[in-house]
Amino acid sequence: MMTTTTENRNKNSVDRLNEFDQATFDRYFDDRFNKKMAEKEAAHIPSMTIIVTKGTMDMAYPPFILASTAAALGWKVSIFFTFYGLSLLKKELDLSISPLGNPAMPMKMPVGPEWLRHSEMNIPNVLMAGMPGFEKMATGMMKKTLTNKGVASIDELREICVETDVKMIACQMTVDLFDWSKDDFIPEISEWVGATSFLPIAQKADVNLFI
Amino acid sequence: MTPSINATLDARGLSCPLPILKTKKALAQLNKGEMLEPITSAPGSVKDLSSFCEQTGHELISSEVNKDEFIFIVKKYS
Repeated sequence: MMTTTTENRNKNSVDRLNEFDQATFDRYFDDRFNKKMAEKEAAHIPSMTIIVTKGTMDMAYPPFILASTAAALGWKVSIFFTFYGLSLLKKELDLSISPLGNPAMPMKMPVGPEWLRHSEMNIPNVLMAGMPGFEKMATGMMKKTLTNKGVASIDELREICVETDVKMIACQMTVDLFDWSKDDFIPEISEWVGATSFLPIAQKADVNLFI
Repeated sequence: MTPSINATLDARGLSCPLPILKTKKALAQLNKGEMLEPITSAPGSVKDLSSFCEQTGHELISSEVNKDEFIFIVKKYS
């Protein structure tokens, strides 16, 4: 009889002790966990990877603008240039735009009187795209508009990317596929690799874009 | 009291993202706690510069509109 009571008392106090410990421990753990997580977040350097697949002037702007801006914010950026996108790493950039497949492209004169500059030339896309010499003209107009509006050239943005340590990764398969020479490309390319080497970088990045 | 400016950056006539990129570059030339005065004309630069400061830890002391120009004072993070 006596023994049972003592045992019960002991058991109760052990339970109480466990309960107390658990609550204290939970509080301690939560505090510590939150603190550590906050430290980790504060020390985290955001990263971004971009896959660039297009080589026209209009499609060259988004990756270089996003990459240079992210680098300015202190992010770690890697760009994988593949297929037509690889041509954006050529030493000599000769980019053009095509109205073909871009029916939403605004057609405005970059020169001439004010009323003309602000009016859209309403030419059906199929005509624009099919007319010989139209691409060259559209490219010239776009370049003029970009200069007028103080938008950086692709050369300039690419240079800023290189200066700010944006990693330029070139697709090995593409250069083989199109029989291009690696000598035609800028020396700042950090590596010539395939998807297998790029994907692990993308896997760890906070932001992944496909352009 | 107007804070003393250590450097001015004329980014007028430049479009996104050049004002930000040039601000970043100009801040790199300064010592911690020094003031940069970027002047821009791109309307988007008002929100962008404020966001840039928020992200990078630099302090946006002031942001003013003067006709078609935007004048900022940015204190390099210390």
